[in-house]
Amino acid sequence: MPGLRTIFLSFFRIGLFTFGGGYAMLPLIERELIVKRNWIDRTEFLDLLTLAQSVPGPIAVNTSVFVGYRMRGLRGAAAALLGTVLPSFAIILAIALFFAGIRENPTVDAAFKGMRPVVVALIIGPVISLSRGMHPALYAVIAASAVAVWHLRWSPVYVLAAAAACGIAYELFIEKKRLR
Amino acid sequence: MILLQLFLSYLKIGFFGFGGGYAMLSLIQNEVVVQHAWMSNAQFADIVAVSQITPGPIAINSATYVGYTVGLQAGGTLWGLLGSAIATFAVCLPSLTLMILVARFFMKLKGNRIVEGAMRGMRPAVIGMIAAAALLLIFPHNAAPGEENFIDNRSWALFAAALLGSWRKVNPILMIALSAVAGIVIYRIL
Repeated sequence: MPGLRTIFLSFFRIGLFTFGGGYAMLPLIERELIVKRNWIDRTEFLDLLTLAQSVPGPIAVNTSVFVGYRMRGLRGAAAALLGTVLPSFAIILAIALFFAGIRENPTVDAAFKGMRPVVVALIIGPVISLSRGMHPALYAVIAASAVAVWHLRWSPVYVLAAAAACGIAYELFIEKKRLR
Repeated sequence: MILLQLFLSYLKIGFFGFGGGYAMLSLIQNEVVVQHAWMSNAQFADIVAVSQITPGPIAINSATYVGYTVGLQAGGTLWGLLGSAIATFAVCLPSLTLMILVARFFMKLKGNRIVEGAMRGMRPAVIGMIAAAALLLIFPHNAAPGEENFIDNRSWALFAAALLGSWRKVNPILMIALSAVAGIVIYRIL
C-alpha cells in the first residue's frame, strides 16, 4: 500500500505538469498511475473518468480525490488533493504577486504557440490507447458521443446519461438472453 | 464579508461545474464578472491566459488569482493571501465531498448489474468526450483572432510529431518541455 507521501508526490508531479487543464492531465495520469505505479488498471481508469465527469468540479481534482481515497481512505484523498492543487496555487500566487506582465513577453508567447498543438496531440493519445481492445461496435458510440458534444454542443451530462441508459438496457435485456 | 462572498461564489462554481475545465469557464465568468463585478472582462481574459501558461486546472487557477485580487482590493496583501486560500478551498470542497461519496457508493455497488451496465455504456462515451475536447481545441466554435491553437503548418508539424511521440510512449512532460523550446525557436528566433 502506497504511503501518503508517495500519493502526495505523485499528484504533485501531475499537478505541476498539467498544462491546459482537465483532459491534458490524462496522459500524465495514465503514465503515473497505470504504467509507472500500477495503482489502477485501464478499465478502472475509464470508470474513474466516467465518475470524474459525472460529478461537478475540475476533472483533475475529482480524479485525484477518487484515486487517493481508493488508496488510503480519507487521508489519501486529502494527500492527493493537496498534491494536485498546491503547484497551481503556489504558481498563480507567485504570478499575482510578482510577474503580472509575463503573458505579454514575446518569448513566453512563442513558447505557448509551440505547446498548444502538442497539448492537443497529447489529449488524442489516450483516446487511441483507451479504445484499443474495445468491441468494434463501440467505436460508433465513441464517434457519436464525440460529435454530440463537439459539433452538436450537447451537454456531456446528457450524453453520459443516454450512454448509461443504453448500457443498462443492454446488460438487462440482451446480455440476459444470451446467458439463458 | 467579501471573503464570505468569495467563498460562496467559488463553492457555487465548484458545485455546478459539470464537465470540468473549459466547461467551467462561463460559470466562473458569470460569478466573477457579471454577478459581483470583482473584475472586468479584460482582466478575466488575462486570467484565462495566465491559466494557459501555468500548470493546473483552470478552476483552481482562477480561484487563486481572483481570491488574491479581491482580497488585495479589500485590505492589502494579507487579505489577498487569505482570499486566495479561501477561494481555492471553496472550489475544491464540492469535488472532495461528492467524489468521496461516489467512491464509497461505487465500491459497494460494484458487481450490481445496473451499475455495471451503466458503466459499460458510459466507457465509450467518455472516450468520445475526450475526443470532443481535442476536436474543440483544433476547430473552435468561436475563437478570437490569435486565440487559435493551430496557427500555421508548423503547428500541424508539431502536432504530428507529438502524436508519434505519444504512440511511442515518450514522456508527456518531456514533450511539453520540448514543444516550448520548439515554439521559442520557431516563432521567436527564426
